[in-house]
Amino acid sequence: MRKRNSIFEGIDWSVLLLYYLLVIIGFFSVLAAVYNPDTFSLSNLSHNYNKQMIFIIASTVIGLFILSLEGRLIEPLSFPIYLLTLGLLVAVLFLGVKISGARSWFQFGAFSLQPGEFAKLSASMMVAAILAGANRKNFNKKLFLAIVVIAIPALLILPQPDLGSAIVFSSFLFVFYREGLPLFYVLIFIALGVFFILALVIDPDILSVVLGGMGVFVAILLRRMRRVWLTIAAVTALLVLFIQSVDYAFYNLLEDRHRNRINIMLGKAHDPKGIGYNTHQSMIAIGSGGVWGKGFLQGTQTKYDFVPEQQTDFIFCTIGEEWGFVGSFLFISLYLLFIYRIFVLAERQKLAYARIFAYSVGSIIFFHFTVNIAMTIGLFPVIGIPLPFISSGGSSMLAFSMMIFILLRLDTYRQEIL
Amino acid sequence: MKRITVFVIFLIAVWMAFTVRLFHIQIVDNSWKLSAENNVIRTLKIYAPRGEIVDREGRVIVANQVAYDLMVIPMQVKEMDTAEFCRLFAISREFFEKQLEAARNYSRYKPSEFIRYIQAKDYAYLQEKLFLFPGFFFQRRTLRYYPYSSAANVLGFIGEVDESTVKNNPEYSRGDFIGVAGIEKSYERYLRGKHGVKRILVDVRGREKGPYKAGLFDSLAVPGSDLMATIDIELQMYGETLMRNKRGSIVAIEPSTGEILLLVTSPTYDPNLLVGRDRNINYRKLYNDSINKPLYDRALLAEYPPGSPFKILQALVALQEGSIQPSTTFTCGGGFRAGSLFVRCKCGTSYPLPLQVGIYKSCNNYFCNTYKRTIEKYPDAPTGVEIWSRHMKSFGLGTYFNNDLSTGRRGLVPDSTYYNRKFRTTRWKALNTISLGIGQGEMLVTPIQLANAAAAIANRGYFYTPHLVKRIDGKPITDPHYTQPKKTTVDSIHFETVIEGMFQVFEQGTARASRIPGIELCGKTGTAQNPHGQDHSIFMAFGPKNNPKIAIAIFVENGYWGSRWAAPIASLIIEKYLTGKVERKELERRMMEGSLQDEYDRQLIRIFGQKLLTTSGR
Repeated sequence: MRKRNSIFEGIDWSVLLLYYLLVIIGFFSVLAAVYNPDTFSLSNLSHNYNKQMIFIIASTVIGLFILSLEGRLIEPLSFPIYLLTLGLLVAVLFLGVKISGARSWFQFGAFSLQPGEFAKLSASMMVAAILAGANRKNFNKKLFLAIVVIAIPALLILPQPDLGSAIVFSSFLFVFYREGLPLFYVLIFIALGVFFILALVIDPDILSVVLGGMGVFVAILLRRMRRVWLTIAAVTALLVLFIQSVDYAFYNLLEDRHRNRINIMLGKAHDPKGIGYNTHQSMIAIGSGGVWGKGFLQGTQTKYDFVPEQQTDFIFCTIGEEWGFVGSFLFISLYLLFIYRIFVLAERQKLAYARIFAYSVGSIIFFHFTVNIAMTIGLFPVIGIPLPFISSGGSSMLAFSMMIFILLRLDTYRQEIL
Repeated sequence: MKRITVFVIFLIAVWMAFTVRLFHIQIVDNSWKLSAENNVIRTLKIYAPRGEIVDREGRVIVANQVAYDLMVIPMQVKEMDTAEFCRLFAISREFFEKQLEAARNYSRYKPSEFIRYIQAKDYAYLQEKLFLFPGFFFQRRTLRYYPYSSAANVLGFIGEVDESTVKNNPEYSRGDFIGVAGIEKSYERYLRGKHGVKRILVDVRGREKGPYKAGLFDSLAVPGSDLMATIDIELQMYGETLMRNKRGSIVAIEPSTGEILLLVTSPTYDPNLLVGRDRNINYRKLYNDSINKPLYDRALLAEYPPGSPFKILQALVALQEGSIQPSTTFTCGGGFRAGSLFVRCKCGTSYPLPLQVGIYKSCNNYFCNTYKRTIEKYPDAPTGVEIWSRHMKSFGLGTYFNNDLSTGRRGLVPDSTYYNRKFRTTRWKALNTISLGIGQGEMLVTPIQLANAAAAIANRGYFYTPHLVKRIDGKPITDPHYTQPKKTTVDSIHFETVIEGMFQVFEQGTARASRIPGIELCGKTGTAQNPHGQDHSIFMAFGPKNNPKIAIAIFVENGYWGSRWAAPIASLIIEKYLTGKVERKELERRMMEGSLQDEYDRQLIRIFGQKLLTTSGR
């Protein structure tokens, strides 16, 4: 163990640089999304872009604080922070204020805090702490524990209601895969997702019959291997059961707004005036950007409120409209490069805790990025999750920034421990 | 395979999927760009005000008033208090739903009319409340206004263009006005002007955010041309007042120009009824009034036998043909007799009458003989009638004027072809058509044709095609059709004798009672039989005798005889026009208050029976 000369010693500049590039793009995007020449002011804190700048500065301050922490202190903090977050998640259900239908926020004067955003950070630390102690023997036990650890905050967020933030927790599946879960299970999970969508698109009864037919077909193909017949029958039966229960869940358990959003995405209901309005307007905004875009502050679809939530969940519309295909392409390339760097950093960690935490951070950001952009360009149902570092919103900015700075600190700590 | 490789594969897959998708919606598929324009660019039509119309004295007779259309963009309509909206705009819920549905069917992004013609006085108040109802906005437009509430048949009216007009004429679009009748119709291309376009950016709530591309694609409205009509609105109103409770028409023309001074039809209506929100209700009411037919312009469309005034033309043609001389006499014995044929005459003379006396005594015998001689000058009657008919047509009878009146009728001057067809032979005789001699029989004229004939007589042999507009945008009209005289086939030397006879009609003939002290008038009364009831009262006149300023024709339907209604009314109009006032107050009062309603009711009773009249509440 050797002492650092500076908190920046050995820091990964590429991640730091990409991080600041993204938050600055975010600031200007928020500014463009709500820009109004009559009220423009860089000092009025009621403007979201000014709040965004405050949060960037606050994130930097917190980041410096994290970088100056003793590296060995971080892992032990996982459990207390996790418990604190769970407490806040319970509290917000009772004490939180309702904003656009969801009780997800604590209100402090002009600012509000969304504990759900911090839950991703604390769950990442907690999962890292648990899986860091895993070995071949106890992997399944630790895995189960980790699943419980992420399930608790997800289940607490769900009734806010905030389906989007709850679904984000499924990104830990990637982490489990990295830590030894066979690819088979990941694929099963993805297959279930595909069947879930198929079950919604195709009449479940027809799909069940088709599946049954396929089962028989495979059984005939494998007629020499009678031993697997039972397995085939079981898989087919399970899938049919799954499809039927999806249908049941879709029509009985989901709320109308989610059901409608999924329907829109699946092309079942094309109604630009109604519930598909968001996606439609979002695609109009992005599509109207053309090759080169309309230019900074020249966008009309976002600024004039045609795109709803244009500064939060649909912030990418501003980029698409004002910077066109060229700008959008550069932006997504930059963003994915950033995520790639996080995974590279993760892979080079010596401590299991640091590696798992880094993979968690990368996976969560990747999940957010993919789902968020996909929904703005009509590839995925509208699920209300922000685009990290870009969307307006303090909790999200602080939480994701803290993830990045903790990651950076763990990376510098790696060089201290030799 | 190292596990990070799988992550990298995922990253690349997402990267490629997003790039392809963005490439598609941002570069390949243009529909998103169009939708974006529809979203934010609101194209407002700036209605060009229609040209205004003044009368010959410069008094404004057709003006514009500002009104507002409430427009809706269905896409922007949000949850709102519909009940409050309906209350504010005084519409029913059903109307609201109907209009919104219609607008949606037209376009979700483009504005549609929701409520039309909201008056300026209501606009100020409603404008303040409009922010409560996103998707709705006001569009300014102009409506017509008729300060004198008169001359409806002359001015005509406007209506919204129909779908087929919009389809075939690029200069019109939905909701535009177009002239439907009268000057509004015949001068449509001058009056309409050119609409401007303004493109503004709006946000999702329809709030204006400024001009699109700094107004680069905007255009200003070009107002329509102002017209000066030939009519004298005060004279017109005076004529309408005189014709109250009588059916018929008056047409007065300035002989030296062909300008129509007044064109009265009765019954008529207030042109302001066909403006604004109640236009369609009122129009239907007027249209369905099959008893009074207020939309029917009798001055232009009603065809009557001309009766005695036609004798003047008969005399002129005969003089031209040399079939009579001014000194030619005929002796009337109570009628024209030829074998078994007898045309009764009430002139009451039994001594030889020269032409002038024949005119002011209106001797049927004289003109039957005159006609017979004219026709029989030629080897056979068809040739004679053909020549005769050509003379008559040179006075503008039996044919269209092709002028700036939006409607008209041909009338009928029978020619040889007509009779050949009618008698199914060419071997007919002058006597077979003898009633033409006294303006009866098949002969038909419209009031404006008779007025024009009076102008041609006043001019001693030529006329200018009657027209309604003298200036366009301050510049006198130059169309040679109106500025070049049209000569009749009768030489001017033949007119003095006849005009002297018409003068005597006022001095000692049938129009004695209608004399105006100090003014030499010439005229000819007429009484035309008709199958519906009492005879029509007809009068044709001009004055002063030398240097005529006004020529006039008037038909009062079922007005018994010429001197009873037509001649006095004509003389009052001439007096008013020439002197600017009317001294003969007693005559004026009698004419204004006189009513022929009883006669018209009798005709209806004859047709429909008493019951219908009482149930209809008359």
